[in-house]
Amino acid sequence: MIDTHAYEGAPEAEFRDYVALLKPRVMSLVVFTAFVGLWVAPVAVHPFVVFCSVLFIALGGGASGALNMWYDADIDAVMRRTQGRPIPSGRVSGGEALGLGLGLAIIAVMMLGLAANWFAAGFLAFTIFFYVVIYTIWLKRWTPQNIVIGGAAGAFPPMIGWACATGGISIESLLMFALIFFWTPPHFWALALFMKEDYHKAGVPMLTVTHGRAVTRRHIFGYTLVLAPFAIWLGLTSIGGPIYLAVAVLLNALFILGGWRVMRRNEDSAIADGYATEKRVFKLSLYYLFLHFLALLVQHWVGT
Amino acid sequence: MMMPIQTEHELHRRRHSRNVGLGLVLVGFAALVFGLTVVKVRQGDLMEAYDHQPRVSLTPREEAVPAGREVGE
Repeated sequence: MIDTHAYEGAPEAEFRDYVALLKPRVMSLVVFTAFVGLWVAPVAVHPFVVFCSVLFIALGGGASGALNMWYDADIDAVMRRTQGRPIPSGRVSGGEALGLGLGLAIIAVMMLGLAANWFAAGFLAFTIFFYVVIYTIWLKRWTPQNIVIGGAAGAFPPMIGWACATGGISIESLLMFALIFFWTPPHFWALALFMKEDYHKAGVPMLTVTHGRAVTRRHIFGYTLVLAPFAIWLGLTSIGGPIYLAVAVLLNALFILGGWRVMRRNEDSAIADGYATEKRVFKLSLYYLFLHFLALLVQHWVGT
Repeated sequence: MMMPIQTEHELHRRRHSRNVGLGLVLVGFAALVFGLTVVKVRQGDLMEAYDHQPRVSLTPREEAVPAGREVGE
């Protein structure tokens, strides 16, 4: 009996492989922060327009995810965590990811322009450019500050949401940007301390590799100190209020305390308890961002 | 002995998932554009675009000039 194979090697892609190219988990953060930025803005927007705007911002984020995977396929193939991604596993070709990313980016920007306004659309286009060209292509492989500057790309969505409603930028949207921007380094470096990935082999300069883990610990604490005033300041603007301020003061105190504890430890004690403190701070950082933006929503709901 | 060609293969399942997925995305996109149109028209947004001849409904609204002042003054 002859068994004829229609293909060899990697199997053909399924629909979900193309969905995976859009980094749906990163998208969920984009959706939430963009929605909050849009919703708390002082201009009323029709709910369906809000829905469409957030969807197209998320689609733009997904497009930059696909372009990131296209460019980073060589790194992804080396690191174990990312080896199963659609391109390194051979299910989707690099060219397909590039085409999908560019196509979706154009659709997302044009549709956001039609749904909301062209300032927000231009802002989305700039964000995609920033993430793909400035971060992925340029900074990620060049400087250990990659996380810091790349964090700006993740910090733009609430500003785009705000721009969808108001058509511009204001101190509130800049402070929402600062909240995510200064949150990103301690969040990722806490992860880098206990996820010992082979960034070195992949040729990506991570602070833990280039400057050592003790320096990384000091940086984590430093950024929690820088972050706190911006988080509190946001509570004193037109979208802040007592509920937000209470949440912000509590979370920042916890985050600074966590950063302090991470800094005071050395590798030996961290290995001894399996990076328990680092993992706790990483978990706290997830709650930190989510609860800040949730507090903004609640504050808007009860009135500022 | 001839084996019949196997019509259902893993490959077909994968292709099917792509076709159904893309179909749903396209239907969803059409619904989205339709919904946006309904909302925008109801809100009274300007829905016309330039169509190769100047139309009054597309030219920017002129502010009333106060008496005694002329444009360009």
